[in-house]
Amino acid sequence: MNFIADILAATFRNATPLVYGTVGETYAERSGVLNLGIEGTMYAGAFFGFAAAYQTGNALLGLAVAILVGIVAGGLMGLLTVTLGANQHVSGLGLTIGLIGISEFANRLIFSGDTLARIEPMPLWDPLAGLGDIGTVANQYGLTYLAFLVVVPVAWWVLARTPLGLSIRAVGENPEAADVAGISVFRIRYVALMIGGALMAVGGAFITLSMLGTFTLDIIAGRGWVCIALVIFGRWRIFRGVLGALVFAAVFSLGLRLRITPGFESVPNELMLALPYVVVIAALALSGRNVPYPGAYLKAYRRT
Amino acid sequence: MTLEARRAAETRFGRTGAIVVGAVVAVLAVTGGAFAIAGANPMDAYFAYFVAPLTREFTLWEVLNVSTPLLFAGAAVAIAFRSGYWNIGVEGQLLMGAVAAAGIGQVVHGWPSIVVLPLMVAAGALAGAAWALVPALLRVRLGIDEVVTTLLLNPVALLVVEALLHGPWTDPETGFPESPRIAEAAEFPKLAAFLPFLGKSRLHLGFILAIVIIIAAWWVLSRTSTGLRVRAVGLSPHGARFAGIKVERTLLRVALISGAVAGIAGVSEVAGIQFRLTAGISPGFGYTGIVVAMLGGLTMPGVLLAGLLLGDLSVGASSAVRSLQIPSQLGAVVEGTLLLAVIGALALRRARSRQEDERPADEGEPPPAEPKSMAPAEGPP
Repeated sequence: MNFIADILAATFRNATPLVYGTVGETYAERSGVLNLGIEGTMYAGAFFGFAAAYQTGNALLGLAVAILVGIVAGGLMGLLTVTLGANQHVSGLGLTIGLIGISEFANRLIFSGDTLARIEPMPLWDPLAGLGDIGTVANQYGLTYLAFLVVVPVAWWVLARTPLGLSIRAVGENPEAADVAGISVFRIRYVALMIGGALMAVGGAFITLSMLGTFTLDIIAGRGWVCIALVIFGRWRIFRGVLGALVFAAVFSLGLRLRITPGFESVPNELMLALPYVVVIAALALSGRNVPYPGAYLKAYRRT
Repeated sequence: MTLEARRAAETRFGRTGAIVVGAVVAVLAVTGGAFAIAGANPMDAYFAYFVAPLTREFTLWEVLNVSTPLLFAGAAVAIAFRSGYWNIGVEGQLLMGAVAAAGIGQVVHGWPSIVVLPLMVAAGALAGAAWALVPALLRVRLGIDEVVTTLLLNPVALLVVEALLHGPWTDPETGFPESPRIAEAAEFPKLAAFLPFLGKSRLHLGFILAIVIIIAAWWVLSRTSTGLRVRAVGLSPHGARFAGIKVERTLLRVALISGAVAGIAGVSEVAGIQFRLTAGISPGFGYTGIVVAMLGGLTMPGVLLAGLLLGDLSVGASSAVRSLQIPSQLGAVVEGTLLLAVIGALALRRARSRQEDERPADEGEPPPAEPKSMAPAEGPP
């Protein structure tokens, strides 16, 4: 039981950045923009969130800075793909290259020495301590609670039940019709990209502010790309995407746990680490044809 | 040419000029600001980044040397993108080529290099193509977005490399996570051995290979029916299918060729530079290849120029660390800014020229009849 509780606890922890990223990417894509800037946005959120927390000694301020960085990144993506109508694949990759470059440059300037800068990580919440294994599973960071109990339901509710969500879905499915109906396609796409960017950046900041309490190079390590896959796996639905994030994190956590489990020493670590990626690709392959891409996916909108 | 048409052409040219100026100003503002933050005079920094490497003989050859993997990667990306196949997995395919080269290089002690070198290049190409095969099959058979699958295989490829280096290939002499040095016969010859004016340059056979591949790709893409099919699929898959082109087969082949070129890039790094497999064999060459391909407008002459430009930038950035105390990471900032400015400018120009082309037709007037219809169009709403 201890083993399972450990893995469940680790699953929620490791799923948290993916949940933020996947929900954020879902918003962008439902509005018709594939945001491959996610990897860079998470990276910049992780770095600038940490840098601000380190300078001010206040992790919440770091989180606020990360949100701001995410909004700016989303706005930049909007400038390129919505206002200028540039190719979404290349804009996103360019944004990722640029944001990672800026973060590493700033990292070099701010933390130039080789001393490892650390902050006090945001504390764990342990509301159910004393309940044995359930307590172990519930011993999580505040941002994890926020992700599963607030962000996910609210994000679903906004997207599915509010006028803003309807507008986002409309400009992603049929921008011409949305425009005729009086919705500003450009404004809504900007809003969706900025909400999405903020969420992605929080996902990155979770790693530095909560999990590690420090920043290291290559800290996102492809998690952004995983989120892109999870959105497709989730068929652009919030809850299915979150489920995908939990499955990925469970495989990941199991792999990490097995590394220190007797009997598995001979299995290379790297195989365990590669497994979740392979699982995601296999899941995409199995989910098969007829993936319901948003109607205006990858298409810039032009008024003619 | 009627007066109106000429006037229209002039305004269009003027507008393109304005867009180019705008893009240049944006790049200068962002990068100049970053240089200033780093505590360097921006003018000195630009000189150090772009001009200084070309002024000394050794660094000039080093630019060609550093460009080599970028030329391979840029060509691999451009070939795929031209057909509308978004191969973002060049990084992983390159690593697999490097694995193949290191694998062969370790076991061919005593073989003649005339056998070993072609074998390594072929094996690297095969390994790269093999790594590209699964996403390509998923795309053409099941319609699964290749962007995601090629991206996800990049970290997997790096993990394969690390598993080998921490496992069976750990250097037995040093115990470091690096493969043993490859056989002498497996090393790419230095070009300086044939061209004495290269002096002590590290420039190696890989550079020639990259140029040959770029010329071959240029010839195939622009001068053969195969190339026409590839471009047709890229411009309009539906139109191409209507014209009887086998779109899926074309995409599959393009994906494999792109992967093969990426694999050869990995061979070139192992056999020409490192002489062993290391986990850091590619500092993101596959991603820089995307920048090269886009800056080059997805054409082979463009890839050549852009690859050399980024090689220049890379050499400049690493020497500016010493001369001006600018962190080398600023090179990536310049690179990303250049890319974003160029794609933004391209999109803006395309939008403007489309507005100009479409407007007269929308209003049902013959293009040159009404000068007013050619008046400067308002910006996009």
